[in-house]
Amino acid sequence: MASINWFKYASPVTFFPLAGRLIPWFAWMAAILAAIGLYVGLVVAPTDFQQGDAYRIIFIHVPTAWLSMFLYVVMAIWSALALGFNTRVSAMMAQAIAPTGALMTFIALWTGAFWGRPTWGTYWAWDARMTSELILLFLYLGVIALRNAIDDPRRADRACGVLSLVGVVNVPIIYFSVKWWNTLHQGSSISMTAAPKMAAIMVSGMLIMSFAAWFYSIAVVLARVRTIMIDRERGAAWVGNLAEVKNA
Amino acid sequence: MTKHANPATAVSAGAILPGIRWSLSRDLRIALRSRAELGVQLLFYIIVVSLFPLATTPERNLLATMGPGVLWVAALLASLLSLPRLFASDYADGTLEQIALSPYPLEALVSGKILAHWLTTGLPVALLAPLLGVQYAMDAESGFVLAAALLVGTPILSLLGAIGAALTLGLRAGGSLLALLILPLYVPVLIFGAGSVDAVRAGLGATANLSLLGAGLLVAVVGAPFAATAAVRIALD
Amino acid sequence: MSEFLAMGGYGFYVWSSYAAMAVVIGLEIRSVRSRRKTIVEEARLTVPEATTSLFPRGHA
Repeated sequence: MASINWFKYASPVTFFPLAGRLIPWFAWMAAILAAIGLYVGLVVAPTDFQQGDAYRIIFIHVPTAWLSMFLYVVMAIWSALALGFNTRVSAMMAQAIAPTGALMTFIALWTGAFWGRPTWGTYWAWDARMTSELILLFLYLGVIALRNAIDDPRRADRACGVLSLVGVVNVPIIYFSVKWWNTLHQGSSISMTAAPKMAAIMVSGMLIMSFAAWFYSIAVVLARVRTIMIDRERGAAWVGNLAEVKNA
Repeated sequence: MTKHANPATAVSAGAILPGIRWSLSRDLRIALRSRAELGVQLLFYIIVVSLFPLATTPERNLLATMGPGVLWVAALLASLLSLPRLFASDYADGTLEQIALSPYPLEALVSGKILAHWLTTGLPVALLAPLLGVQYAMDAESGFVLAAALLVGTPILSLLGAIGAALTLGLRAGGSLLALLILPLYVPVLIFGAGSVDAVRAGLGATANLSLLGAGLLVAVVGAPFAATAAVRIALD
Repeated sequence: MSEFLAMGGYGFYVWSSYAAMAVVIGLEIRSVRSRRKTIVEEARLTVPEATTSLFPRGHA
């Protein structure tokens, strides 16, 4: 570990080919794990005796919900590195994570709604987790919108960095406040803690799907960061020398 | 980036309070010169609050349930609406750049601005709230708690809002973008603030809510001026 | 097979969720690909820095 000079990869020139080599690996891992996970989740795992087959939604709901929160933290960490060390690659990584994070949040909300309808009898309940997830989506959209509103990419990097750091401090506070609000209005909400004890096979299916979602996110973020690098380093010699740019 | 190492700001820890005082009095003077604008902002608050019963129901029980929430949402919007005033005009005419070069630390100047913003928006909103609560069949105790919660909560709105105002300085879609950035961050304040009156009505007492708001205020006072100053520096670079 | 698709009566909810996931991922991959194509195209049209100067021998 210590022998690797991590700062070597803090430059797009070295990071770009590294990302290119990693993408197929992560993409294939994601595809294989997703195939196994879907088979386990949809075919092997038995029907839940309480929720019937509706529970099979959690094989995509839980992984995307985890990722949506985790990606925000990862984005904030890259932003902090970018602000602290003024490294271009970190800022570009933060920029590349935001859309994937927002999409994961969206899927978590959507699947949560379609799980809630058969389970709770309603598409939307002001449950603490769903409400926090909704606000998390707004936080992601805020970062993306701020990025789009600023023309100078360096200013955008730093502004989005400050915003995501403020956001990451707020996420736990928001979750705590929504939970607090939820318990105060117990009558109007539906308890979500009634999750049934899951059989081992269900848990393993969910874990496999989580890894698949992880690998997919890494692959797509790396692919996006490569695009961002070409875009922002356009005109630099190393971009001009790339095989895909050189050869028509 | 080199501005961070401005030797004048590095040695002037003792200039923090004078810096706050200087920018506070400057912003207050400017605000008082445009009293009409402040009046319009308060009117906006009053009108928004008065619209809700017309849009829903004059039924007293429902109004009493909705009241704290409506007043808080209106306070959020009033704060949001006045945020561009915090830095925008100083940024547009180049004053902000001049201020940043003054011997006072920029953090202190930004803090003074935030304090001035709260004194001219949050404070009047909080003081007006018990009066508007009468429209919502709010009893005296609820009105008092509401005002107390707003007194503790609206400074947080100004503090967090300053970060958003600084981040969106000089951007085309400034106003609506500011709303998108800041309103999600306001959620905890809204919940604990409006919840304080609910707690009183439920017989639980507002202490827990008010303490949480107070804790939030402490965190915001310690953190937000630095984040807002960083954002101002980013906009000025 | 139809029993599998029915999902014990919850087919609509289960498949709506999985379809949404598939659509979102498909759209994301497509958007990254198409964005990459336009960016590479633009980069090709941009003259590299080393030769942007019209008078590279110090006339500027």
